[in-house]
Amino acid sequence: MKLALFADIHANLEALEACLEHAEEQGAEEVAFLGDLVGYGADPAAVLERVRAQAAAGAVMVRGNHDAAVVAAGADTMNRSAEAAVDWTRQQLDQAQLAFLAALPLTARRDAVLFVHASADRPADWTYIHDAPGAAQSVAAARATWVFSGHVHQQALYHLSPAGHALPFKPVPGVAIPVPAHRRWLAVAGSVGQPRDGNTAACYAIFDTGRATLTFHRVPYDWSVAAAKIRAAGLPEFLARRLERGE
Amino acid sequence: MNTNLQPGDLLDGFTLGDQLHGGGMGIIFRATPPAGRPELDFPLLVKVPRLGPGEPSETVVTYEVEAMVHATLSGPHVPRFVAAGDLAVQPYLVMEFVEGASLRQWTGKGPLEAAEVARLGAAVARALHALHLQEVVHLDLKPGNVIFRPGGEAVLVDFGLSRHAHFPDLLAEEFRHPMGSGPYISPEQVLGVRQDPRSDVFALGVILYELATGRYPFGAPTSQRALRHRLWHIPVSPRRLAPACPEWLQEVILRCLEAQAADRYASAAQVAADLTHPEQVTVGERGRRLRRPGLGTLLKRWIMATGYEPSPLDRPSQQLATASIVLAAVATRHRNEQRFQVLREVVKRLLAIDPDRRLTCVTVIPPASELAGGREEEAGTSLRIKHLVRLRNWAEPLELPPERISYHVIESGDPAAALLEYARVNQVDHVVIGAPPADVPMKSSFVSTRVAAEAPCSVTVVRPRAGSRES
Repeated sequence: MKLALFADIHANLEALEACLEHAEEQGAEEVAFLGDLVGYGADPAAVLERVRAQAAAGAVMVRGNHDAAVVAAGADTMNRSAEAAVDWTRQQLDQAQLAFLAALPLTARRDAVLFVHASADRPADWTYIHDAPGAAQSVAAARATWVFSGHVHQQALYHLSPAGHALPFKPVPGVAIPVPAHRRWLAVAGSVGQPRDGNTAACYAIFDTGRATLTFHRVPYDWSVAAAKIRAAGLPEFLARRLERGE
Repeated sequence: MNTNLQPGDLLDGFTLGDQLHGGGMGIIFRATPPAGRPELDFPLLVKVPRLGPGEPSETVVTYEVEAMVHATLSGPHVPRFVAAGDLAVQPYLVMEFVEGASLRQWTGKGPLEAAEVARLGAAVARALHALHLQEVVHLDLKPGNVIFRPGGEAVLVDFGLSRHAHFPDLLAEEFRHPMGSGPYISPEQVLGVRQDPRSDVFALGVILYELATGRYPFGAPTSQRALRHRLWHIPVSPRRLAPACPEWLQEVILRCLEAQAADRYASAAQVAADLTHPEQVTVGERGRRLRRPGLGTLLKRWIMATGYEPSPLDRPSQQLATASIVLAAVATRHRNEQRFQVLREVVKRLLAIDPDRRLTCVTVIPPASELAGGREEEAGTSLRIKHLVRLRNWAEPLELPPERISYHVIESGDPAAALLEYARVNQVDHVVIGAPPADVPMKSSFVSTRVAAEAPCSVTVVRPRAGSRES
């Protein structure tokens, strides 16, 4: 069974639709959303409608820090553009959509897989996994064979050595990487809606549960439309430029 | 898990045959395929790792790495991969049994003649390049891991220590001591760097040295401390140990053995090109030296080695792209300055991208026998020289240093076939060739048309801009 992993959509409808279409072409039957559905982008309501439909069909859902900030007043941990986007986002959503965000769990578990937005070690602290020690800590806390997360916008794969050290790997798009169950793994799916590695193409990954392989994908989408919507909404200019440059 | 397999046993439908080898890491059997697999019409072997209590954990990981890497490889330079068993149930690998001679048959007999060293070395270099093009670095190249098919093609085996750039390195940090074989391991591997294709070029240099002199350039150390010696040490000149070793061969060997990867050949294909065309090797101090440099130089190298920094590299293809071989097909029989000029401009731009790129200039002329009657040999030689001169003249404006350029006049009645064969054998990455004149009706028999259709690499077909004045 192929499970598509979508993280950090950030209200980018064009990127989400491109990735959903790509995942369908790849034969993905199930979907997991790894948090930060909204924030930064100009289409929070439309994105939430797509995601709620997927959730109703059984998609795995977890909460991101931007999702949490929209439903909790007085988020003071964010930078100014993020905060401006959070305030604006709140005004775009209706009660049902806000209730949906508020109900998202911090983690979800399916068999030997743990889904979490940031680190599995105290997930509500939103710790970024930038390096091997951070990854090792998350895997240790997860008590799972596979940990799938987002938060960091660059795609990454870590595996644990027998000594318990995490070893980082920068994936190549489109390659099915064996991730057998006798080791422990942590994958960062990369950001659907706000890639930051200099490549504008949206990021996501597919986990093949039967074959135990993980394939990272990059999907080009029409960022000019998404950026134009950000400008039209009066959101910070910086957020539009990011999509145009993928940084 | 059955650790006591015998001939006659069944393994997922494969029947085990005679035991071929029972080494430290595992057992190798001949095997016959299950019924209903007619595509497996070649000899098979099954490799079963020794796992379980008492065996080193390294064996499990090297088995896993070998299964993962070998499954992705194809082409004549690796045994055909057939199947791998589930690690949790019964680990085993099924692959083509390559019938042929191990390189060990020659390394024990050194010093060998230069022509023989070059023939064997070029075959290994071509196999290595084929591996590197598939994003894999072997990292355990040694005579025991090379088999020659009856046709002379080298086959590389045992990918247990290999690195595939598309997969996480399961061996990274796994074992603190350097992995590899003492005589052949590269300086950067001693330091734990496992992704540079030039590490295999170093091991190839050790093999060439061994074939040419009968000795190892850095001995056969095992301790980390002794292995570090090669970070700064300069081996005894091959010509001192084997006076018959020509300067060009010493130049090739010592260049492969440079401590810094950046000072070695940029690709195995470039080693193959030099070993195949000794007359084109630019011999420098390395090739001529008989004595090792003085203490001052060694001390300087030792000090530099203490701060040895392996170059960062994402994947083999990144390195190979900087080292590509560009072939310019120059029609020296049809001298047309304007067409020459256009060809040169395109070649110039391709070479400007990276200083490690090499140019090989090729022209095809009819065989001498088709030209002259009785004195064909003499006529042939002078004709070859005439075209060689034209090739050199064509390339002069490019102002390339001699080590970046070579010239080849090929005699053949079928220019397209000759160019294609040359490109294939010499692992050319990019062919640049002139288009037929625009006013001639299109035919599929044009040399450039056939080369573009059948070449094993990129082909750029160039033509002067329509409307520009023919000179």
